[in-house]
Amino acid sequence: MRVVVDYDLCESNAICMQIAPDVFEVRDDDFLYVLDENPGDDRRAALEESVQRCPKQAISLED
Amino acid sequence: MPVGRDRITIVGASLAGYWAAETLRRDGFEGAISLIGDEGHEPYDRPPLSKKYLAGEVGRDRVNLGNAEKLAALDLDLRLGRRATGLDVAARTLEVEGVSEPFDGLVIATGARCRTLPGTDGVAGVHTLRTIDDADAVRAAMDVGVERMVVVGAGFIGAEVASTAVGRGLAVTMVEALEAPFGRVLGMEMGAVLADVHRGHGVDLRAGVGVDEVLTEPDGGTEAGLRVVGIRLVDGSEVACDLLVAGIGVIPNVDWLEGSGLEVADGVVCDETCLAAPDVVAAGDVARWTNARYGESMRVEHWDNAVQQGVHAARRLLQSDEEAEPFTPVPWFWSDQYDRKVQLAGRTHPDAEVRVVAGSVAEHRFVAYYGLGGRFLGVLGVNRPRQVMQSKGLLEQDASWDEALVFAADWD
Repeated sequence: MRVVVDYDLCESNAICMQIAPDVFEVRDDDFLYVLDENPGDDRRAALEESVQRCPKQAISLED
Repeated sequence: MPVGRDRITIVGASLAGYWAAETLRRDGFEGAISLIGDEGHEPYDRPPLSKKYLAGEVGRDRVNLGNAEKLAALDLDLRLGRRATGLDVAARTLEVEGVSEPFDGLVIATGARCRTLPGTDGVAGVHTLRTIDDADAVRAAMDVGVERMVVVGAGFIGAEVASTAVGRGLAVTMVEALEAPFGRVLGMEMGAVLADVHRGHGVDLRAGVGVDEVLTEPDGGTEAGLRVVGIRLVDGSEVACDLLVAGIGVIPNVDWLEGSGLEVADGVVCDETCLAAPDVVAAGDVARWTNARYGESMRVEHWDNAVQQGVHAARRLLQSDEEAEPFTPVPWFWSDQYDRKVQLAGRTHPDAEVRVVAGSVAEHRFVAYYGLGGRFLGVLGVNRPRQVMQSKGLLEQDASWDEALVFAADWD
């Protein structure tokens, strides 16, 4: 599973970081960094929740 | 044991309704799903309507929820431009524009509608902002080059509209009847900080003064034969404008539920699991449920709540009473105004202690904590998303005030 962030849409609300801190990190520069672009399938539920709850619909998952 | 159902109907095709439908399929529900919405548009997302869509920076394609392919994959009986007109819970029937139909599971997600200023129906130049049609109307007015706008109500919709209008070069006056702009949500002290942000961008913000009358002149080409030319405030002063947007709150859409057998009290009353009656759940702006985290009945109008509650309520329909879990979110919202991102997680209280734990209020980049009775209640951030979200995690652990202050002690 690959995590794709559309940085043109992302506005660093950081909700993804709260849901999956092992994958997403918004740093003090207010930018989002993807820490793990290919997380294991055991992280699917959290990542799907990140997709749902991203206010900018900036995250997608590719199998 | 999962609950066997053949036909689930979702009334309301906005955020909560969309995610309810998506969740039912994701969780393996193979029966029929009807998604009924009274707007003639495919499900769309409202936050951009007061921000980038209103500014003209993004088009319709960036506002849709999901895309055509995703929507098709949900295999919905999608009925748009159709209004639910009645419900009989005991008989398990829904009435859509007078025609009765059966259901064996129902999600109520009819949202809310804007309050309007009395006597302004059909007056040209007077708007509310909730639907994409509303946004198109306000955007069209801006496109033809109106110069002066009045925003009635210093809440978050009004603040975003004001911000967008300033960005488009309009002169904006914002009027708030309460003494503290944004005070109802943020409290006096932090409300004043946000007011300062707006004044810094040239908004003429008048607080503690209500609207006495909307001033109009005859305009034969319009629905009411009238066009807005300004407002008179209760202190007698007048403000001229060509465009007026009222952001004075919303009313949950529950009128159609009269006589349904459901309890309605400023929203559809649900239990802790979002169940309103056997086989009936509610989600989003219309749902009033008991949030066990706070031991209080609440109704939340935030975007994130509509997503999460739509998911939770849909799942509830697939669960037995024994499997059902309480819906216990820490409320959270964001608002983009000018180049500031305002985020609030948790709650505030008029008597809460407010402590700035990071950043600088003067620079409009900070984190403030709200505490009451030894409990950590809420966190407000302006351009500090990382720390807001870390603090939100703390709120979800029901941290004490002292624990919260220790957590934030090392922040600049």
